Amino acid sequence: MEYALALIVLLCLVGLVVLHPLLGEAPRSSADEGAREELEAAKEAKYREIRDAELDVQMGKLSKEDHRSIDRELRAEAIEILERLDRLDGTAPDS
Amino acid sequence: MAGIGSACLFAGLLTAVYAAGASVYGARAGNGAFVISGRRAIYCLAALMLGATAVLQSAFLRSDFSYALVAEGSSTDTPTFYKVTAMWATQDGSLLLWALLLSLFSSAVLFLTRRSLRGIAPYATAVLAVVAGFFLLLMVGWENPFGTLANPPAEGSGLNPLLRHPAMMIHPPMLYTGYVGFSIPFAFAVGALITRNTGADWIRATRRFALVAWTFLGTGIMLGALWSYTELGWGGYWAWDPVENASLMPWLVGTAFLHSIMVQEKRGMLKIWNVCLIIATFVLALLGTFLVRSGILDSIHAFGASTIGVQFLVFIALVVIGSTVLVISRLPHLRSEARLDSLLSREAFFLLNNLVLVGLCLVVFWGTFFPLISEAVTGTEASVGPPWFNRLTTPLALVLVLLMAIGPVVSWRRMSPAGLVRAFKWPVLGALLTLLVALALTPAGERPLALLMACFAALVLVVVGQEFWRGASARRTISGDPWPRALSRLVARNRRRYGGYIAHAGIVVLFLGVAGSSAFLQQRDLRLSPGDTFSSGGYHITYEKATATLGEDRAGSGAPITFGAVLRARDENGKTFTLRPSRNFYPTQDASKGAIGRFFEGEATSEVDVRWGLRRDLWTAIRPDISALADPIREANAKFGNSSGDVQALVIAALAERYRRNPPPATFRAIVSPLVSWIWIGGGIVLLGALIAAWPSPEARLRRVRSLYSARLGRDLRAEPS
Repeated sequence: MEYALALIVLLCLVGLVVLHPLLGEAPRSSADEGAREELEAAKEAKYREIRDAELDVQMGKLSKEDHRSIDRELRAEAIEILERLDRLDGTAPDS
Repeated sequence: MAGIGSACLFAGLLTAVYAAGASVYGARAGNGAFVISGRRAIYCLAALMLGATAVLQSAFLRSDFSYALVAEGSSTDTPTFYKVTAMWATQDGSLLLWALLLSLFSSAVLFLTRRSLRGIAPYATAVLAVVAGFFLLLMVGWENPFGTLANPPAEGSGLNPLLRHPAMMIHPPMLYTGYVGFSIPFAFAVGALITRNTGADWIRATRRFALVAWTFLGTGIMLGALWSYTELGWGGYWAWDPVENASLMPWLVGTAFLHSIMVQEKRGMLKIWNVCLIIATFVLALLGTFLVRSGILDSIHAFGASTIGVQFLVFIALVVIGSTVLVISRLPHLRSEARLDSLLSREAFFLLNNLVLVGLCLVVFWGTFFPLISEAVTGTEASVGPPWFNRLTTPLALVLVLLMAIGPVVSWRRMSPAGLVRAFKWPVLGALLTLLVALALTPAGERPLALLMACFAALVLVVVGQEFWRGASARRTISGDPWPRALSRLVARNRRRYGGYIAHAGIVVLFLGVAGSSAFLQQRDLRLSPGDTFSSGGYHITYEKATATLGEDRAGSGAPITFGAVLRARDENGKTFTLRPSRNFYPTQDASKGAIGRFFEGEATSEVDVRWGLRRDLWTAIRPDISALADPIREANAKFGNSSGDVQALVIAALAERYRRNPPPATFRAIVSPLVSWIWIGGGIVLLGALIAAWPSPEARLRRVRSLYSARLGRDLRAEPS
């Protein structure tokens, strides 16, 4: 009896929580937020790579020539991410 | 109350099934409401598991022996700390702990990714729900922790005395947190494969969970080793026991994963390798739980043996087959985005380090399962012992340490050989100096592998020191900060890198402890009477007198009788100190031993006494011979078997006093173990490094806030003015 009663109460409570999104108004689309957060994360990761490469050259691990070519590639990738972020905002410069 | 607990489990099972179904439907139909509903179901699952745990904990604290689990794993005289932790000493309770931790971890990761990874997250939710559902199914179908007894006993059996150790009580939740933590990156990897979104997004979202899981698993392994050293009475910390190995295997592969994901994040390479590694880590985590719970291999952890092995095997087989099919079907999406520029690059060394770690795991796997393999092939069970493991793992460990020295000084993409030579000048000098000092001042020359380990460890430690020095110097050049500020800002801005270096330093310190303590250990087993003296490892030790106490065991484990010894030790410098090894005796419920005898003839555990030191430990244990008490105990059983508890307590006290006054020779084990403390210190350093690496950077927090506001701004600006 205790088991059946507890199960009914618990399932009702779970039902209230999980069915709420299905019954109410559809959640306001925030797909942009997700894409933006992912791009921001990618941007930070790329910036970190650029900073790491700078640190490596200052610490003597990377020659200046190697750093120049690596830095060029990394910056191009970072610019691509920034352009995608701008497109998301609708502020991409006309090309 | 047991009904409420069982209801929580069944409701949890239905909720997990719903979470999986709603998430997959939501993802396939593009219906965000179902995805949110599935995510909420996981939150509900966590609440239900918390409720179930609260019900069970309450039963343990109340010593409610109508619960079979409480009657089996606790008693009224079990100390409160062990009552609280007794839940995971039992199989059913540890399954509940798995489900609880998994639901909490799942809730945390789904909450953190609620606005990102919109394609992957619903499938990851489904995977996590299926894993949780499996554990709930085990509990609902076969091992219900809320099973009740029709005729509850007046007293419980009590917690297994071997488990009455603080480290042992924290060890299982740590291991399980590690195992469960790895299910998060596994679930997101599966989600990434299903959605063909095989970039680094899923890694970035779950990397921290993998690191936390690795840290917990490593800490759990260390606590298990500490328990073995201080509780099991044999004097070692690692026996290559199947259950120990079962926890080491996912840790090794998890370590490889944590390194190789950096290559995918930075270069878009090793995608297949990374998904394979995380699948292997998760499968090994399941295998670890299975080995503890199945009892298929002889182990010091035999207290965990039971009958749900088949279910585990079926589930593991399904995970392996399903994951393999998924990886193969997604191979075209797992191609590398870049090629290895040079063999002299950090990514190349990460790959080598991965191969060594996986090689170590394969050695441990083969040795662990060899008894099963040999039985299947030859019909005779044969096993490999610690010497086999040591012979194969030592060279691999040496290569691993050498790679730990080279990896950090090599840059990403490529490095010139001249740069490498330049970077290795000081580390090589440090290693040579260590070689000379070790040869001149220690007997390390007699053990070439230990000596090599010391030199490689020096190489790593100097490399780590040099990395901090050069990094801080570079910062000072840019900012002009004073040294302490430059150093702290360097670490704060590069937590992952410098936290990792600290973890490397901790690992080599730990390896030094292992090398020193295993190569130069001196052990003596003796039978001594009071007044006898012996020498070991530079100590002179005298057995001064026997001890016998009632209800005063040092560990607070609730043992009613403790027999021990007072040892007076003197080192080479004439410094004296006292050691008090003892052995606790726990009563048995076996009525055939008699009312008095049951207090002496139940389980007994060693309470070793250790003189800890940075240079060496002196470890002592005693096995008292109480056979001389057999006749008096028999007489006491006959005379006082029906007497009151107070009278019986007086009789037991008299018997203990009899032993103390006329102790027969006792068996002692004394071990002098050099550098063993550095194992625990190294473990602490690894933990510190992992915490630094896992700590969220201020940029990540700012980014999250900034992206929310940016999205809101974008929406507001695009909205039509009213």
